[in-house]
Amino acid sequence: MTTQASSPVSGPARGGDVLLRVEDLVKHFPVKSSQLVHRGPRDYVHAVDGVSLEIRKGETLGLVGETGCGKSTLARCVARLYDITSGRIEFEGIDITRLPASKMRPLRREMQMIFQDPYGSLNPRRRVGSIIGDPFAIHRTASGADRKRRVQHLMELVGLNPEHYNRFPAEFSGGQRQRIGVARALAFSPKLIICDEPVSALDVSIQAQIINLLADLQSELGLTYIFIAHDLSVVRHVSDRVAVMYLGKITEQAPVEQMWAHPRHPYTDALLSAVPVPDPASLDRRERIILVGDVPSPINPPSGCRFHPRCPKAQQKCVDEVPEFIPRLGDEAAHLTACHFPVADGEDISKARPAISADLRVVESSIPEGSLTGISGGDGP
Amino acid sequence: MALLQVDDLHVSFRTDDGIVEAVRGVSFDIDPGQTLGIVGESGSGKSVATQTIMGLTRGARVSGRALFEGRDLLNMKPEELQQVRGVKIGMIFQDPLSSLHPFYKVGWQIVEMIRLHETVSKEQARARAIDLLKLVGIPQADRRVDDYPHQFSGGMRQRAMIAMAMALSPALLIADEPTTALDVTVQAQVLQVINRLQREFGTAVVLITHDLGVIADVADEVVVMYGGMVMEQADRMTTFAAYHHPYTEGLLQSLPAYGGERARLRPIAGQPPSPINPSPGCPFAARCPYVMDRCRTEMPPLAAAGTELGHRSACWLPHDRGTREGLRRKVIGQSLPVSAEA
Repeated sequence: MTTQASSPVSGPARGGDVLLRVEDLVKHFPVKSSQLVHRGPRDYVHAVDGVSLEIRKGETLGLVGETGCGKSTLARCVARLYDITSGRIEFEGIDITRLPASKMRPLRREMQMIFQDPYGSLNPRRRVGSIIGDPFAIHRTASGADRKRRVQHLMELVGLNPEHYNRFPAEFSGGQRQRIGVARALAFSPKLIICDEPVSALDVSIQAQIINLLADLQSELGLTYIFIAHDLSVVRHVSDRVAVMYLGKITEQAPVEQMWAHPRHPYTDALLSAVPVPDPASLDRRERIILVGDVPSPINPPSGCRFHPRCPKAQQKCVDEVPEFIPRLGDEAAHLTACHFPVADGEDISKARPAISADLRVVESSIPEGSLTGISGGDGP
Repeated sequence: MALLQVDDLHVSFRTDDGIVEAVRGVSFDIDPGQTLGIVGESGSGKSVATQTIMGLTRGARVSGRALFEGRDLLNMKPEELQQVRGVKIGMIFQDPLSSLHPFYKVGWQIVEMIRLHETVSKEQARARAIDLLKLVGIPQADRRVDDYPHQFSGGMRQRAMIAMAMALSPALLIADEPTTALDVTVQAQVLQVINRLQREFGTAVVLITHDLGVIADVADEVVVMYGGMVMEQADRMTTFAAYHHPYTEGLLQSLPAYGGERARLRPIAGQPPSPINPSPGCPFAARCPYVMDRCRTEMPPLAAAGTELGHRSACWLPHDRGTREGLRRKVIGQSLPVSAEA
């Protein structure tokens, strides 16, 4: 990691007033019990467990974390596709947490989602023009020739040929189908678009086309994005700020260049070091932090800091106390980390070993290097 | 001598829409202990090529040769192939859940695999299964050996698959997108396991992936495929730093730069070609910023390029390094058509 003093956040200083505010959001899902007669307290999946966020107008917030960390659930809660367990969501200063469906409907036009699977989110039996025109039909804002004109305008906006109005989804390639999804989301000039892995299913050359499209639309229409992706190089490219989630909590949040230059949470550090970059020379130089084990179950998340069973720097305090989410090691106010023992600049944690007892951490069975030959069968090399 | 030598492999399928020419004359070889990375986008033919070599493409029309330890895999009888597949050539696929039987314990599946091909007692086979699970980093392997596949997480299943593929110490491991479904942290674990097995057993690995980062991490030699053909082949450093083919260039340019500023990305314009009735010219011609008239009618041969030994490129552009570099500066200097539709 570079230790040189970083220049002020590079890239355009986007971000004005707060568009969306999330306070202490909690979403628990009950676990279906296989017992006929239910005994004892019910189990819950702690999908999102106390997340607070602010998103400013015109910015892109990247949301990253491993499978099951709760990033998609958080996004769906924000869009009110799920009812939340507790907490508060404000959109443009209006508390939408318990808004009834009738009051929510006009707000839905301003908050749209784009999904990962462009195949799964388009009805194969309907023509593209009518799919993109759906929002106009549902909200009864345009019909007939007017609707067609507006749909064709949207198709042009996202780089589709408006003459393909009457084609079926199957006649489009993967990248073009994602453009259809983008066009549909743009129908009502929304303020916020939640992109849930929008380019993960696409080949790299097509992925780059969609990322450029989203960037163009943002600058033309002043859109705000929440961008969820597991590809960290994509997140780095598109985001102004990044939040890292682990087991339902945000562990670190920072302006994008800060995050990459000074990752404070050992989890962020491990995540960033695990990305294979397409540059053999830098890969060979880099110390990689390999985490042990998998993400624990969100039904009974670990005590204290939830990352402690896998953390190379874990100590007893991490087991006992939930770390505060505050600036650490003299970071700027926008760089927040929930860790008792944050990673200092230039510190190499790839060789660090946790100082907690073995039954509190994930331990892998292993065989010492060089002793494998005993395993191979009769005609092994 | 090469461990596996593939010569002029063609694979086509008859479909309702016409004949799909999935692989059109692919050649490569791999030495013992080497890692060959095959990279390409969907539809490039990278998976079909390797599946055909393993006899897993039923109903396909196949021609060419695939010599493994001197014997042609494409001409083997099914019984003969069974003595090679899984024994001398291990396989790992993207989705481990569909490769592990849900009804049987993970350990039992490894034990059966060993006992099918070797005369060892159940106890010996079980001990080896536990060692294999330990080897791939399954926690508490002596207990987890009696778990069912659904009790394993995604990363653990993939590692169990590797354990099974390595059970008979194959000379070659074919890994088709082995980490695509996994998170980056788990991907790093799995790549580390494959790397260690290779170091200690001297296994050769064919790694098929669309992820250039993974290729940069583990491959010794890289084959870049497009439209069922090999576009370029070179060692790892050359592929990333001194590539010749415009498609390789396009792939690398499409990626968000890892350390760089947030410039606009440079996607490859247009869409991949249809595998039905491919044009006689270069399959990349329609999307290539360097395209010349000749490219549309005549497919260039895979010929020596640049200064590195073994670097080959199927492109009509000058193969001399300096001239190619001059052209690159000229073309990349202009603005490429972005978010254009074919």
